[in-house]
Amino acid sequence: MIKIENLQHYYTDSDGNEVKALDGVDLTIGQGEFVAIIGANGSGKSTLARHLNCLLLPTDGRVEISGLDTREEKNMWDIRQQVGMVFQNPDNQIVAAVVEEDVAFGPENIGVPGPEIAPRVAKALAAVGMTEYAKHAPHRLSGGQKQRVAIAGIMALEPKCIVLDEPTAMLDPQGRKEIVSTVQKLNQEKNITIVYITHYMVEALAADRVVVMEKGHVRFMGTPKEVFSRVDELEALGLEAPLAAKVASELRKSGVKLPSGIITDEELAQALCQ
Amino acid sequence: MMLTEITLGQYFPGNSFVHRLDPRTKILATIIYIIAIFFAETPLSYGILTAFAALVILISRLPWLLVLKALKPIWIIVILTMFIHMFTAPGEHVIWSWKFLNVTQEGLDLGLKMAVRLILLLLFSSVLTFTTSPIVLTDGIENLLRPFKAVGVPAHELAMMMTIALRFIPTLLEETDRIMKAQTARGADFANGNMLQRLKNMLPLLVPLFISAFRRADELAVAMEARCYRGGEGRTRMHELAYGGGDYVALALVLALAVGLAVLRWGKLCGLSS
Amino acid sequence: MSIKLSNIYHTYSKGTPFERLALQDVSVAIAKGEIVAIIGHTGSGKSTLVQHLNGLLKPDKGTATIDDMDITAKGQQAKAARQQVGMVFQYPEHQIFAETVFEDIAFGPRNKGFNEEEVAKAVREAMEFVGLDYDTFAERSPFQLSGGQMRRVAIAGVVAMNPDYLVLDEPSAGLDPRSRNAVFREIMALHKSRGIAIVLVTHSMEEAVKYANRMLVINGGQVLFDGEPAAIFKEHGDELVQVGVDVPQVYKLADLLRHKGMSLPEGIKDEMALVKAIKQAKGWK
Repeated sequence: MIKIENLQHYYTDSDGNEVKALDGVDLTIGQGEFVAIIGANGSGKSTLARHLNCLLLPTDGRVEISGLDTREEKNMWDIRQQVGMVFQNPDNQIVAAVVEEDVAFGPENIGVPGPEIAPRVAKALAAVGMTEYAKHAPHRLSGGQKQRVAIAGIMALEPKCIVLDEPTAMLDPQGRKEIVSTVQKLNQEKNITIVYITHYMVEALAADRVVVMEKGHVRFMGTPKEVFSRVDELEALGLEAPLAAKVASELRKSGVKLPSGIITDEELAQALCQ
Repeated sequence: MMLTEITLGQYFPGNSFVHRLDPRTKILATIIYIIAIFFAETPLSYGILTAFAALVILISRLPWLLVLKALKPIWIIVILTMFIHMFTAPGEHVIWSWKFLNVTQEGLDLGLKMAVRLILLLLFSSVLTFTTSPIVLTDGIENLLRPFKAVGVPAHELAMMMTIALRFIPTLLEETDRIMKAQTARGADFANGNMLQRLKNMLPLLVPLFISAFRRADELAVAMEARCYRGGEGRTRMHELAYGGGDYVALALVLALAVGLAVLRWGKLCGLSS
Repeated sequence: MSIKLSNIYHTYSKGTPFERLALQDVSVAIAKGEIVAIIGHTGSGKSTLVQHLNGLLKPDKGTATIDDMDITAKGQQAKAARQQVGMVFQYPEHQIFAETVFEDIAFGPRNKGFNEEEVAKAVREAMEFVGLDYDTFAERSPFQLSGGQMRRVAIAGVVAMNPDYLVLDEPSAGLDPRSRNAVFREIMALHKSRGIAIVLVTHSMEEAVKYANRMLVINGGQVLFDGEPAAIFKEHGDELVQVGVDVPQVYKLADLLRHKGMSLPEGIKDEMALVKAIKQAKGWK
């Protein structure tokens, strides 16, 4: 689905220095995969996300979406329709003052015939559990609900992949749960490929694969089990491992023998209390 | 008064006869009504206009309080208009005077008339915005402006600008409220001082507000692009506009009102009895 | 020395279809030197509550006083009282307006009537507290700093007013874990050295147990619980979940281990304490 080869992205900052936001990223993501990307601020994860639907183009290297090269201009609209993007601030991505009309914005842009739009909108709202809010004004919704409207706006374009760039950074715990479960549902039930960027490690636990970024590189990746067992490395990168992994790691350090790959409370309890 | 309590320009969802009218009908009707306001001269014609507005509000099933609240932010303007006309209009029957100020019967009449005109104008146009979702309203405007595209009127761009402005008014009002509070907590004073001082005191509010508006605009533009927005070319609509039976009835009624008022005013001149 | 709210009521958008009772009959006293966490889900009324602490909102009914001075009153004395309470809103970096870091931080002290010498001293100290080097940053434009640095400038702008009470509404929102910890380290240092009372509005139970010695749980516009965090989590864990407030991860994990038969002491606040307790329970060294 997504193929990234030696992706470089440079830009010049306000002081005139060249910044290497991405410095040789290689990553392949399969259809239906749920990939979480974590990394401290400035690690390049948002820049990477914006390469996935032509909002940014490579300085060097290439990005391919379903075999379409992002550098070729004729592919742009095709790619943007296949790869939808959800941003951090829920307020700044809703265009219309009524929920259903906002969801219709995408299909209208790509010229879906009028009568086919309403069913698409209804389906998209149902997929994120916002059907009853179809006629509501977005500014009266909670952060989590707004963000689900934004996801519905993408779903109405019938994409293959959704890229979410820190979608929960501005939400309360309730909103965070709503988004994670919505995204999981879309991944499992509609086989939508998910690229999920986050600061909250707990949210990355739901992914099939976790990619850890640092200074424009992929530092390491693997299943959540593999990645979150590397407690000290994560901390050195300014990231936090889940609590159970941290406790297990501390116990191991003082010589306690524990099986590897403990990241959830249950796994730790199992290991300690058998 | 809290800024977030301003209701002018907000949409109040519903399913009344007025809500269901084609937006073009409502825009045209509002324009005709406003023209009719300037036909009115006698108390009778003002009575008819007021009754017509009241009837429309009644049919639209809007809460009276909400509609009246829409007048709140412009009270000052209404009263100011009234006083300016009262004191400046020429007339012979002086009913009150103090130093160089004279209030004449004619001036009082004119002042009152202007105030009533302003109130009616605002009431009627607020019914338009209360009963028409901003996007539909914009659709209507775009549609009505389309014939003028040939002479260089950017119909779609204007419409899109309006949509976005309407969507972000509540958001920016909330933001203004928040920044004002934050600066007040830092000892800022927005209420006291002379004109220049006040203007200077506004900087801690205006600068962050502008920065935020630009940031929002920036993020929104990216989000719109990511949702395949590329201008008005090839766009479709979820709800294509179509006139129905009710539209003809509504237009006929408001036209009858305008013609009626014109007859009341000029009928005698043309030899018609009234 | 304390801020006292007595029997406060507050309603938003009175007389419109959007009318909402946000606080009903709330009474709270916050003494100098305390660290109080205020928690509750969005819309519970906690933001409304803290805005009564420095007169930004006026109660419909009830009184708000600082050392018996009515802070909702008019006049210089009431204003001075209100300014004893510093308020850091959510995303405070969005209120930065001045051309240099110095000028922005100096805004509050100047409004408070400090002379230029005092202003300079207050700015310097405030910057030190939030870990911004004076010589490097004072003359720079705040808008060219990183998000975490801008947040610190904004917090410094409030700290520079030398408040006796500091209210922070989610000071760590939107920051990465490293900046989150740094911001809290600075706030705690401030509390320690100046004895400022800290009122921390937060969604993170981890932050509440880690930093606060008292916790207010707000629900439906009322104070549901008021007490020591560990005690509240222990006695009312189930009720908290019902009102949409989570129990801290470390409590959950400790509870699970107890449930599986491990004997752990109460009041384990962080992971190191938990590790120690596990080792003790297991008889490991």
